[in-house]
Amino acid sequence: MPKLVKDGAIVEDTWTLLPKPEGEATDAAVPTGHVIVPLSVWLAQKAQLQSRTDIGVWLDSDETADLLGEDAQSLPLVAVNFPTFMDGRAFSTARLLRERFGFTGELRAVGHFIRDQLCYLRRCGVNAFAFSNPETDLQAALKSLNDFTEYYQASVDQPLPLFRRRA
Amino acid sequence: MYIYDEYDHTILRQRVAQFRDQTERFLAGEIKPEEFLPLRLQNGLYIQRLAPMLRINVPYGMLNSTQLRRLAHIARHYDKGYCHVSTRQNIQFNWPDLTEVPDILQELAEVQMHGTQSSGNCIRNTTSDQFAGVAEDEIVDPRPYCEIIRQWSTFHPEFAFLPRKFKIAVTGSQQDRAAVQVHDIGLQIVLNDAGEVGFKVYVGGGLGRTPVIGSVIREYLPQEHLLTYLEAILRVYNLFGRRDNKFKARIKILVRALTPEVFTEKVEAEWAHLKDSNNTLTQAEIDRAKSFFTEPPYESIDAAAAQAEVDALAAEHLAFSKWLQRNVRGHRVPGYAAVTLSLKPTGVAPGDVTDSQLEIIANLADEFSFSEARTTHEQNIVLADVKKTELFALWQKAKAAGFATPNIGTITDIICCPGGDFCSLANAKSIPIAESIQRQFADMDYVYDLGDIDLNISGCMNACGHHHVGHIGILGVDKKGEEFYQVQLGGSASNDASLGDVLGPSFSADDMPSVIQKLVDVFVENRTEEELFIDTYRRIGATPFKERVYAKAS
Repeated sequence: MPKLVKDGAIVEDTWTLLPKPEGEATDAAVPTGHVIVPLSVWLAQKAQLQSRTDIGVWLDSDETADLLGEDAQSLPLVAVNFPTFMDGRAFSTARLLRERFGFTGELRAVGHFIRDQLCYLRRCGVNAFAFSNPETDLQAALKSLNDFTEYYQASVDQPLPLFRRRA
Repeated sequence: MYIYDEYDHTILRQRVAQFRDQTERFLAGEIKPEEFLPLRLQNGLYIQRLAPMLRINVPYGMLNSTQLRRLAHIARHYDKGYCHVSTRQNIQFNWPDLTEVPDILQELAEVQMHGTQSSGNCIRNTTSDQFAGVAEDEIVDPRPYCEIIRQWSTFHPEFAFLPRKFKIAVTGSQQDRAAVQVHDIGLQIVLNDAGEVGFKVYVGGGLGRTPVIGSVIREYLPQEHLLTYLEAILRVYNLFGRRDNKFKARIKILVRALTPEVFTEKVEAEWAHLKDSNNTLTQAEIDRAKSFFTEPPYESIDAAAAQAEVDALAAEHLAFSKWLQRNVRGHRVPGYAAVTLSLKPTGVAPGDVTDSQLEIIANLADEFSFSEARTTHEQNIVLADVKKTELFALWQKAKAAGFATPNIGTITDIICCPGGDFCSLANAKSIPIAESIQRQFADMDYVYDLGDIDLNISGCMNACGHHHVGHIGILGVDKKGEEFYQVQLGGSASNDASLGDVLGPSFSADDMPSVIQKLVDVFVENRTEEELFIDTYRRIGATPFKERVYAKAS
């Protein structure tokens, strides 16, 4: 079973990510087990999928957090995708899911992010990291989670900016 | 000047350690080159035509003498004995060795300096007015707000992978010396009817391939909302700015595509959520920031007597009087003056300064200006707090060190990018063009008679030399492998900001001095008394200039 970094530890990944359907076909059957479905599938099949407790949703980088909105509150997992590591929209999307839409479950980065983004992603509320490259040295990557231990800005991990904490 | 506390030091030390580790992993082959690229850029490191280039931030242009000496040491020890003042008030080293960059950054961190976010698709160093705090026309000192923005933008977790680079400038004076209307965000400090401090907010200005004057999206933003409003603008840009084409990725393109009105609505809607959150500035924080920019211990001076002394010396020494006219300006404190050290003597690349000159600047700052100096976006150095009675002594020392070229604001005070001699983006060289124009205008009396002329040169359309906003702008272009130069007239980066108009077909490098001479001739023949080049151009239009310059061809 593949592994990922979650809450600062290396754990087994029990979830399967369902790719985006071809074209407009959002009625594909969602398999049983822990499945992360694309946003379009969630929106199309919400009535049926809502009764399951093993469904997560993934947002591509051009899908904004408000499209999922407060639906997130009932989900155990939401993933934000990096088509390339230079596409930084997921940083804003993650914060919005946590800070505006009240999501408290597992917030997972998927796709082509890199180890050196882990600290900022963690600050934006991401707590799980599924690297696209299965050969990534997860033990080494853990070190990047805490490249910084002090920050100027308020964010998900530290709701008070430094200027409100400075003695 | 801002002084780091233990928090600032901790954060910067962690950054240095992070980049040292990243560099080691890159050199060991553990990070792919394309993944290392943004990491090194966000620490100031470019790979240039001949060697790496390391850009060091000078926050809103402020330097102390300790920092100047450290820069001198780095120039001498790690580089070829000089560095370059950029058009965004930063310092650039052109020849560092990648393996030594972590050591350089560590040495800089010891004096509270860094290259963090000086390049890459992130929020860059905030720039400001080189006469902040001393200008006679200042409404409010912008530096405390610049420092608040510096801290907020430094290692901001949400905005490190923006669609493109992002530049903020702040001015607190009536006369805008920070070119705020050609920045991604320009902040102009204004007072409301109750005398309370706020900001007029410009968004979407910029130069580069698509030059645009910024749009005002808010006439008055109360100061406590500064960071929440900036965060709203940046979030809208991060989510909706184009990422499919790097030439369409700046915020100006988004503002234009949405229209300023719709863009403003999106920002205001986002801000409605962020307003009054924990990021709202407290009076205590504003006061803390201000406490670093208090007055130095000015002496109480008999201003009239000091002026009489200066006048007497000026009457005796013609060269000193020229320098006073061009390189010295008024100060809000009686008996003091602000002095610009020119980094534009003919034959030196504009903005270049050697290791020993940096040490001399440090000494001059210690002796004459409370140990502080400022870099300017025109690529000169300012000593902001000089007693008038010491101007003559300063002039003699500056002259001996090559800083007293009395050309500030004139046609030979050229803003110029490093160009094709150094930069891998450039289409053409810019430094030799600057030199050939300086040689054409070697007669200083003639130059003074011309008055203020901003002449700006960029070696490519990225416009680091701000050619769009020069009264005379020169752009290097490549035509089938040969270097040519396009001329623009009528730009301005000041309160009356405007973009220059292209004159016509481009010229060869050899033609440039005579082309500029002809443009100046047309000005001299047509000007009315008291008119500057830009005024005459605006009055008579481009046609007389075109006719003269292209006369032979027609």
